[in-house]
Amino acid sequence: MKAYYGYKDGSGDYFIIIDTDKCNGCRKCVDACPHRVFELIKDEFDIEGGLMAAVTEEHRKKIKYSCGPCKPMSGERKLQCVLACEAKAITHSW
Amino acid sequence: MSEKSKEFWRWREYRHTMPNMDWHDAKMVTAGVDIGSVGSKAAVMLDGELYTYAAMRTGGVSEETAVKAMNWAIEETGLKTEDIHYVVGTGYGRVNVPFAKRTITEIACHARGAHYIYGPTVRTVLDIGGQDCKAIRCDEKGKVMSFLMNDKCAAGTGRGLEVFADLIRTPIEELGKTSLSVQDEPQPVSNTCVIFAKAESVALLRQGWPKEKVSAAYHLAMVNRIIDLLTKVGIEKDFVVTGGVAKNTGIVSRLERNLKLKPLEPKLDPILAGAIGSALFAKALYEKEIGLR
Amino acid sequence: MITAGIDVGAKYAKIVVLEDGKSILTRANGIVGFDILKSVTAVSEKALDGTGLKRDQITRIVATGMGRKAIHRTPPINAEEIVPDVIADAKGTHHLISTVKTVIDVGAEEGRGVKVDENGKVRDFVINERCAAGAGTFIETMARALEVKVEDMGLLALKSTEAIPMNAQCCVFAESEVVTLIHSRVTKENISKAIHDAMAGRIASMVLRVGVEKDVALIGGVAQNPGFLPPLKKELNTEIIVPEHPQYVGAFGAALLALEMEGHQNE
Ligand code: SF4
Ligand code: SF4
Repeated sequence: MKAYYGYKDGSGDYFIIIDTDKCNGCRKCVDACPHRVFELIKDEFDIEGGLMAAVTEEHRKKIKYSCGPCKPMSGERKLQCVLACEAKAITHSW
Repeated sequence: MSEKSKEFWRWREYRHTMPNMDWHDAKMVTAGVDIGSVGSKAAVMLDGELYTYAAMRTGGVSEETAVKAMNWAIEETGLKTEDIHYVVGTGYGRVNVPFAKRTITEIACHARGAHYIYGPTVRTVLDIGGQDCKAIRCDEKGKVMSFLMNDKCAAGTGRGLEVFADLIRTPIEELGKTSLSVQDEPQPVSNTCVIFAKAESVALLRQGWPKEKVSAAYHLAMVNRIIDLLTKVGIEKDFVVTGGVAKNTGIVSRLERNLKLKPLEPKLDPILAGAIGSALFAKALYEKEIGLR
Repeated sequence: MITAGIDVGAKYAKIVVLEDGKSILTRANGIVGFDILKSVTAVSEKALDGTGLKRDQITRIVATGMGRKAIHRTPPINAEEIVPDVIADAKGTHHLISTVKTVIDVGAEEGRGVKVDENGKVRDFVINERCAAGAGTFIETMARALEVKVEDMGLLALKSTEAIPMNAQCCVFAESEVVTLIHSRVTKENISKAIHDAMAGRIASMVLRVGVEKDVALIGGVAQNPGFLPPLKKELNTEIIVPEHPQYVGAFGAALLALEMEGHQNE
């Protein structure tokens, strides 16, 4: 499953997409993100499923701002979550 | 068969029990309770078939609403809450369902429920409520393949339409119709933001545009935005539209035209999708619990 | 030589008329209505009124702001050049505060963060636009919900006794949240603070994308609001300088740029 967390508002599209088929629940993104954007939750979409990564409720409505410091306007863009995820389960839409 | 309903402003409270079904014959009695921000629904299923349900407005205390909705659903059936093998709570108030054994996110329940209501050919579900917009793509089993929920921004939700209805002083129920009375579709309003789109609409009205034309431009902008969100999760037929905005013909007919897809007609009130879906999850969880799975 | 800068904002137009890049001969502002050209013309007449100055005595006019195109080479104003906001912001602020490195400009519909070099040139910038929750319109809309004058919002916030969070990140949803807060008897002072805190949080996060380097200055219409500065300082954890007449800095920068352009032309 591809889970889109975030929003589209007047200023643009801001989604973090987690591919839960790739996510193995290793928790690396949770620890890597300096702003605590991720959490591990029980897979509620498949009752046989285990843990999966998700964007916390708190950050979903302000993800553009939460991720801002990792996305400087110039210079190198280092998305810690994406770098930490060996399964390549995380993408950002912006 | 017993049906009671009280009319409320824009939101009908009602209950219904399926005739010719008896819970005494059922092996598994499961239920789902969906506590939304506006309405709360409870559904009871017998071996995975819908038996009885109720929909009512959410009150100040979610726990009380959950109990009330459930009691209303099983009223006159002789069924007691204790007789139900497994209850799942969903919706934004899902943690406040006192008798639920588990909670499950509304996205999963909504997809499962839509699958039950519209049949297994459903692949894309669009749900536009008063305060959010959900786009879900699911497989033939009703399992979610991808989803997106936007509850940050009022644009593209019922709230965005209310603001506009207020502006042109048209009852919300008739808003969609006003937008369909223009001959040629105008350019959409260029601002997405409800606040700025409203200001833009005021400017168009001052320029002398009739309100129907401004309404068409406003609806079209909203439809473009929705299509954009749908495209992200992927649009596959069959396509269904649920939620309060499904009643706005100005939105639905434009979606139909621009997507070249005709939404399926529901066999049951789609407002029940979340409750039905959670009752189905309850069945699966109960089967797992007793070792049937 | 006399030059002028006109900042055609989303809500207000601001004009500064400058002699030799040193003394301000006159300035004025006024609401931008439905007809931009007409509104700006009225504001410029207001600026020149009583000064004895005429349009043809002004060698060059540079326009900036969201509505700048409406007066570009269009009579009666005939602004010779247009420049983006961030360039005018950088120029104007740097001239007033030569040590400035970061300029934060919060107007009615846009918020901007600008990194400035030692010559007042733009190094980097970020803009919040097209969402009313990220600019002055947010505070204005909330003032309406609170039934308080916009001008009083900041002072009200300063009198708050408690910090309460606001959850809505949208102007429209925040309006309902404010109404709920009023019903649950939260004081207007505390609600106003919550509004300013929320707004400062968004502007601060935006500015962090260009980085915060001292000195930091705050300009634009919202800089006049005393309730906005304290939470912004706190969020960015830095001192922030607000120049005098912060809403005119963009127009002032444009007038300085007009002088510079003349210089280049005569070289
Ligand atoms: S790092 Fe990747 S695989 Fe690990 S929990 Fe996060 S998303 Fe899942
Ligand atoms: S764009 Fe407008 S409607 Fe959307 S979140 Fe921003 S303020 Fe709200």
